Amino acid sequence: MTSIRHFPATHPLPDWRNFGVMLRVLLGVNLLAGLAALLQSPDLAGWAAHYVELAAVVEPLLLIGLALLSLLRDLLWRLPLRLGQLCVLALAGGLAAVFFGYAASLALADMGSLMRHVVLAIAAAGMLLAYFELRSRAISPVLTEARLAALNARIRPHFLFNSLNAVLSLIRARPQQAEEALESLSDLFRAAMRDPGEMVSIADEIALSRQYLALETLRLGERLAVDWKIGAISMDLPIPPLILQPLLENAVYHGIEPSAEGGTVSVIIDRKGDELHIAITNPTVGQAQHAAGNQIALTNIRDRLALYYDLEARLEIETGDNRYEVRITLPCQRRKPSPLR
Amino acid sequence: MPTPQALTAPLKVLIVDDEPLARDRLRALLSDIAGQMPTEVVGEAANGLLALDVLRQQPVDVVLADIRMPSMDGIELASHLGRLENPPAVIFTTAFDNYAVQAFDLNAVDYLLKPVRTQRLLAALQKVPGPQPDVALLAGIGHEVRGGGRTHLSCHERGRLLLVPIGEVLYFKADLKYVTARTVEREYLLDEALTHLESEFAERFMRLHRAVLVAKNALAGFEKAAGDDAEAYGWALLRGVPEKLPVSRRQWVPAKALVKNS
Repeated sequence: MTSIRHFPATHPLPDWRNFGVMLRVLLGVNLLAGLAALLQSPDLAGWAAHYVELAAVVEPLLLIGLALLSLLRDLLWRLPLRLGQLCVLALAGGLAAVFFGYAASLALADMGSLMRHVVLAIAAAGMLLAYFELRSRAISPVLTEARLAALNARIRPHFLFNSLNAVLSLIRARPQQAEEALESLSDLFRAAMRDPGEMVSIADEIALSRQYLALETLRLGERLAVDWKIGAISMDLPIPPLILQPLLENAVYHGIEPSAEGGTVSVIIDRKGDELHIAITNPTVGQAQHAAGNQIALTNIRDRLALYYDLEARLEIETGDNRYEVRITLPCQRRKPSPLR
Repeated sequence: MPTPQALTAPLKVLIVDDEPLARDRLRALLSDIAGQMPTEVVGEAANGLLALDVLRQQPVDVVLADIRMPSMDGIELASHLGRLENPPAVIFTTAFDNYAVQAFDLNAVDYLLKPVRTQRLLAALQKVPGPQPDVALLAGIGHEVRGGGRTHLSCHERGRLLLVPIGEVLYFKADLKYVTARTVEREYLLDEALTHLESEFAERFMRLHRAVLVAKNALAGFEKAAGDDAEAYGWALLRGVPEKLPVSRRQWVPAKALVKNS
């Protein structure tokens, strides 16, 4: 099992390969460059020119730096935090020194300004590191995990008690089916109470969802039909736990239960390039699916995706004629187990 | 304390739940307690609408009704039953409806929590007929459970309970004593208050006049009243029926704005 205790947002030393982190670094450094340009130029008109001049130096440095940091990510994570941060500063300073040393050797710059540039590069890197550390403290792992646990443990009581009632009814007539149902119910609760920092394989999440749907079928009988379409995906792909099941629970609660005739919930899981696509569709009955419970579940999943993947995951909702669709897109990365902090 | 009636005839019970296994369980529990409380299950229904069908066929003493069901929920079923001349007792069953349970507790209305326990079922049946929830209480719970008003209105005609789907009502008009509901086909006499209808179906209907509520989607256009009409400032035209409805001076501008924006 893969640990994802390093949620991108909770690392003091960020995941340099994460899109959200890269975006923040690029924006942050360019903001600093913009400020520097403003300081140097006497009026606003000269600002753009100064900025362009500065950007020509800053951007290549920044891109090379980010590329190196991405390569060194796992190595840096293995170091103690302060040492890791020091290495990042040294890298920034070193890069600036090499860059300007080279420029000076070509007589494009003078050696006198070398030290100044090195200090500037280290200062910029230091500011970014401070930002990431503060950000990670704001979303502290303790808080995060408490929140995740609370989010995970949200199987509807309505479902629990109705399922228990159905099982009680089966005990006399069909004891074997009652046993299976209780086994499924206990698996579902074990999943809900599992360490939320552990990734699960997509195969496990699908199996859990099938068990959940079997329980619902017990209650709803022929009213519930499920259409699974699973494409060519690797079944041990890691995903955050309880992503699929709560969405199915929503689909059943809002799409099937209010309808006397029932309907079909469709689940499509497929891989496109480096992305995993999950789509869950249910019919809608009269009223729109804006009920509070539905919104809470969606907000929960959206929050968790942001914690696990930052900007690299998406959750979209599409409402059409009598149908409601939730689509999730996740990066299909195979994360290696990383050291716990 | 068994009443003489209970000694002579078993209680006629109707079980209403959309889950077949939940109905099976109540049936099994009823037969378990048959020694202490003789009952006869006269029917089962998967929702409130089907339950009313059963009730038209035969008399029933007790209805065991789940709160959440498709088509017509247990709360609405009870509100229609409450308008019958000899209403059966209703005992609600629910897996988890905090709001409803608190409201029942406050008003001493009996209910069963799922999974249902034998002794609780027995105790509830022994209290029949207990206090029944009134229309206002049911309207409040219904609003909380389904997020809106009833799906149907009920009225009596020659001893029969008629159901009018709320979506078919074009307008309500209050006369001296009664409120009439108009659909494309005909009119129904209701035992309801216009103010209650207005608040229960606020999303669907708007007030045109002191005595008139109109379905927003039935409004087709407006006509200014000729001369100085005492009854109305203007008239509203409807889709599907030839009648014109009076519009008061106060409602003239909001009503016209509604049609314009739709």
